[in-house]
Amino acid sequence: MWLTSSSVGRKFVMALTGAALVLFVTFHCLMNSVAILWPSAYNAVCEFLGANWYALVASAGLGLLVVIHIIYALWLTMQNRAARGHVRYALSSRPASVEWSSKNMLVLGIVVLCFLGVHLIQFWAKMQLAEILGCEGEYPAAAGTLFIGEAFSCWLTPVIYAIGFIALWFHLNHGFWSMFQSVGWDNTTWIPRLQCIGKLWVGIVMVLFFIQIGVFTYRANTDYYQTDPVLVQQYEEMRGGEKASPCAPCSGAECVLPEACPGNSVNN
Amino acid sequence: METKVENVKVMNPADSKIPEGPVAEKWTNYKAHQKLVNPANKRRLDIIVVGTGLAGASAASTLAEMGFNVLNFCIQDSPRRAHSIAAQGGINAAKNYQNDGDSVYRLFYDTVKGGDYRAREANVYRLAEVSNNIIDQCVAQGVPFAREYGGLLANRSFGGAQVSRTFYAKGQTGQQLLLGAYSSLNRQIELGKVKSFNRYEMHDVVLIKDKDGVERARGIIAKNLVTGKMERFAAHAVVIATGGYGNAYFLSTNAMACNVSAAMACYRKGAYFANPAYVQIHPTCIPVHGDKQSKLTLMSESLRNDGRIWVPKDIEDAKKLQKGLIKGSDIPEEKRDYYLERRYPAFGNLVPRDVASRAAKERCDHGYGVNNTGLAVFLDFSEAINRLGIDVVRQRYGNLFDMYEEITDVNPGELANVVDGVNYYNPMMIFPAIHYTMGGIWVDYELQTTVKGLFAIGECNFSDHGANRLGASALMQGLADGYFVLPYTIQNYLSDQITVPRFSTDTPEFDEAEKRCQDKMNRLMSIKGSRSVDSIHKELGHIMWEYVGMGRTKEGLETALEKLAELRKVFDKDLYIPGDQKGMNIELDKAFRLNDFITMGQLMAYDAINRNESCGGHFREEYQTEEGEAKRDDENYFYVSCWDYQGSDEKAPELIKEPLHYEAIKVQTRNYKS
Amino acid sequence: MKVNLRVWRQSGPKEKGGFVTYKDVETTPDTSFLETLDILNERLINEDHQEPIAFDHDCREGICGMCSLYINGHPHGPAVGATTCQLYMRRFEDGETITVEPWRSAAFPVIKDLIVDRNAFDKIQQAGGYVSFNCGGAQDANNLPISKEAADEAMDSATCIGCGACVAACKNGSAMLFVSAKVSQFALLPQGKVEADRRVRAMVARMDELGFGNCTNTGACSAECPKQVKLYNIGRMNRQFIAAKCKE
Repeated sequence: MWLTSSSVGRKFVMALTGAALVLFVTFHCLMNSVAILWPSAYNAVCEFLGANWYALVASAGLGLLVVIHIIYALWLTMQNRAARGHVRYALSSRPASVEWSSKNMLVLGIVVLCFLGVHLIQFWAKMQLAEILGCEGEYPAAAGTLFIGEAFSCWLTPVIYAIGFIALWFHLNHGFWSMFQSVGWDNTTWIPRLQCIGKLWVGIVMVLFFIQIGVFTYRANTDYYQTDPVLVQQYEEMRGGEKASPCAPCSGAECVLPEACPGNSVNN
Repeated sequence: METKVENVKVMNPADSKIPEGPVAEKWTNYKAHQKLVNPANKRRLDIIVVGTGLAGASAASTLAEMGFNVLNFCIQDSPRRAHSIAAQGGINAAKNYQNDGDSVYRLFYDTVKGGDYRAREANVYRLAEVSNNIIDQCVAQGVPFAREYGGLLANRSFGGAQVSRTFYAKGQTGQQLLLGAYSSLNRQIELGKVKSFNRYEMHDVVLIKDKDGVERARGIIAKNLVTGKMERFAAHAVVIATGGYGNAYFLSTNAMACNVSAAMACYRKGAYFANPAYVQIHPTCIPVHGDKQSKLTLMSESLRNDGRIWVPKDIEDAKKLQKGLIKGSDIPEEKRDYYLERRYPAFGNLVPRDVASRAAKERCDHGYGVNNTGLAVFLDFSEAINRLGIDVVRQRYGNLFDMYEEITDVNPGELANVVDGVNYYNPMMIFPAIHYTMGGIWVDYELQTTVKGLFAIGECNFSDHGANRLGASALMQGLADGYFVLPYTIQNYLSDQITVPRFSTDTPEFDEAEKRCQDKMNRLMSIKGSRSVDSIHKELGHIMWEYVGMGRTKEGLETALEKLAELRKVFDKDLYIPGDQKGMNIELDKAFRLNDFITMGQLMAYDAINRNESCGGHFREEYQTEEGEAKRDDENYFYVSCWDYQGSDEKAPELIKEPLHYEAIKVQTRNYKS
Repeated sequence: MKVNLRVWRQSGPKEKGGFVTYKDVETTPDTSFLETLDILNERLINEDHQEPIAFDHDCREGICGMCSLYINGHPHGPAVGATTCQLYMRRFEDGETITVEPWRSAAFPVIKDLIVDRNAFDKIQQAGGYVSFNCGGAQDANNLPISKEAADEAMDSATCIGCGACVAACKNGSAMLFVSAKVSQFALLPQGKVEADRRVRAMVARMDELGFGNCTNTGACSAECPKQVKLYNIGRMNRQFIAAKCKE
């Protein structure tokens, strides 16, 4: 099978999975923007993408893409190191036209992966996963804004996210046009254009992400997500519409008394 | 030492095997009546091809395509590196695509005239005839020749011709043609018909007597340059395509590994060496800059299409240039002497190479040289840039300008001075340098040497260029021999060999040949003197350039022979080679080649002394007209001088004359003036 | 001027190598880098009675592709668009220490000192770098017009000299630029299109077999290429390969 046996095929797989992930990141970014502009709409999307069959299939697919992308990356890297031979250059320098990121994609990928781990623990584990397992925590699984509030009230979160996004930025800066090159969609005219489009696309997404970090951190630390009346109303509805969770530690009514819970803790 | 040859032998005309009939029909007649080998028998026959340049690679691939088994050897790490790759300008063919009156006859005529009427007529006609097939063949191979907007092939003009018949691929024609031949060769290697041996150097040719007592070339001894071991290879015929001997001069435009050892091995085994004195000095090379220089870089002859060659009219200006007080661009138009345009109005800057080189030497000898050594003339693009614009000129010669700038730090496309509204650009500096050798192993019409079963093709043989080669004709000859001539003519020989079984290399002849090669290596290693190979080679180069160079005299040549004999003693006593024979030993390999270059130098001097006339690349100062043009002596020297080895490098070789017969062309004095 | 040369010495393919620094090599700005190595070699032979440094070189005018050398962290040294033999000492400072290494790639094992074995490149070409036809069968060269643009572009790809700098420059030891240059040349010309699918499949397969790495599109190959072969050749080859595989 040429997708595994040939170098061009392997790069083709990297490009396709990469392309899907770029689209997902873009979608995710737009969804986050919804959380800034219309937080309740964001929660509605969260609910829509909960433990429904279509969302589960999409998540599983996405997970598979990530896993394939990582496995191929490691595989290619191992092959490439072997191809380089065991003796390294004593002195090596990078020509000006070669992007730094292009030579450090694996490192950048690992940083992004670590960031992804943190991100999944903070959100996905408590939302879709909890819903699947039927062991939701103190918040309703679809109350995305509450999880934002929880995560961004801790000072480490924006720092980790900033590092993750910078790594992702570099990773995508090279990855974006590189995937076009790997599938062969380029020529003399289009290499510079794709590089430019890639930089703009990734740049816009990343700027949005950073704005989101700022807004989320600000709102989390001003208790916006617990106090906004529209959201509070929405949380109530979510709880009301839910089946009782066997492992819920407390009843929903106690948890949504925002004025009784100052700071980042709502657990009393 | 013997410098005068008495009672010279004359070759039987039949030995040249020139077919019957008018010159235009000879090749057709030959092909119609030659013997062929049937496909089943071709599979049983092996051929050794030494060399992978245009001639070697094209011959090896074509022979394999026909069904022969080929063993192909090259000295570099890949067949693609052979020095044919460095040819810049182009390849001639009589296509007449430009509708400027070209024809096979005209190409034939120009080549014979360019060669100063010292080439074998029948061979040259055949060359002109197959030149058109070469272009077809190369285009079909995917060689990206330059094209016009209409999609048809483009041409440019070259020295010695009044038509545009030169096909080119940027300034890299040799490279593209060689890569074409290399691609065909690769296909045959993949198919298993060619076995390729890289980093191998031929040391000897092995002759074996057949049942009738005739000695035939049946194999070679080649050294594996990586392991250092001598290895044996057997075949039904041996083809030598190992290029010329320009490196005898140390500084030349040849590649560093170009050598004459394979040809010398054939010569020592009885193959005649023909016309060794004919050496081409290329007029447009970058001048020598110092004693550490290892080679000379050629700037393509195509530059003479738009570049104008000049020196100052005023000797005072020349002196200032030599002292570095002024630059070429400081000298205005009216104080420049475009000496080629002045002397040869009809051909101007596009006179043949030997004429252009001698004219440059003549000016420099009179003190008009333009660099610090006084050994350079200007090649100026101001007029072309003013006429066409820098963009058009750069499009044509951009890579050559860049190459020149990289080496000399001067950009020929840079505006340097404006006088009275006229723009003057930096001129290039050029000077003649050893480039190509017309002489080589003597071959008959079938490209077979005087040793049965031993063939020589490409620059390595003597056959097609007479005393001087025209630009863009070397590529033509190499490919003609390899693609279209040898694959036919070798069958005429091999058809008698079909009953001869494959050879074992386990015979007394191979034992003896290998032992002799090994002994030679042992001897070189055991000298243990104090001098490096290059230091002796440079000395050889000085002797050759000084006495056997552009202008030769009887006294000078005799001095050369004395000095060469002394140099051989130095070589035999004072050489030092570090390391041992195991594995790669570059110095040892160079020493092996240098030994043959010294012999070659002597051979050139013998030939140059014998030829009491000036013709083409051989200029004897005693024989020139009042205007300084070469003066031929057709009455006494209308022959090919063939030199027969006399058993020892120290002994003078014996001369055998092959008289020339011209039927289609009237021999006359070359005239490029009107 | 004087320079110090820090050179990789290795007496044979299986021996262990290491750097040796040769101090105060006398040269001039107009001398080429290889001539400076010649000067050092003359010193080693004549004065020190040592084996000279072995390095590959032949035409010394930048076209045969024989010379290699990784000089101060760049294949073919710091000059752009030039081979090592076209590198002149005016590029270096007086007194500078210049580090000279062989190409480093598993597919290019060291033979001696700075000489590596690039036979793998020939093997890739043998897999399909040709138009399959026998000599003698060609039609007239002008029977098949080819647009000037296509011919020029094919020429740009065909200009590759097979020196291996792309592999040497690539952190992955990938030969994609080399292979794609040949694939592109034929892909652009009608003569080559006939067997384009077969060619690209065979050449990529051979390249992979020989242990070259996977391209990660860093562009170092093209940036360091002495003939400035363009990166889009790789894109074209990818496209051709994927299409050819889908047709299979």
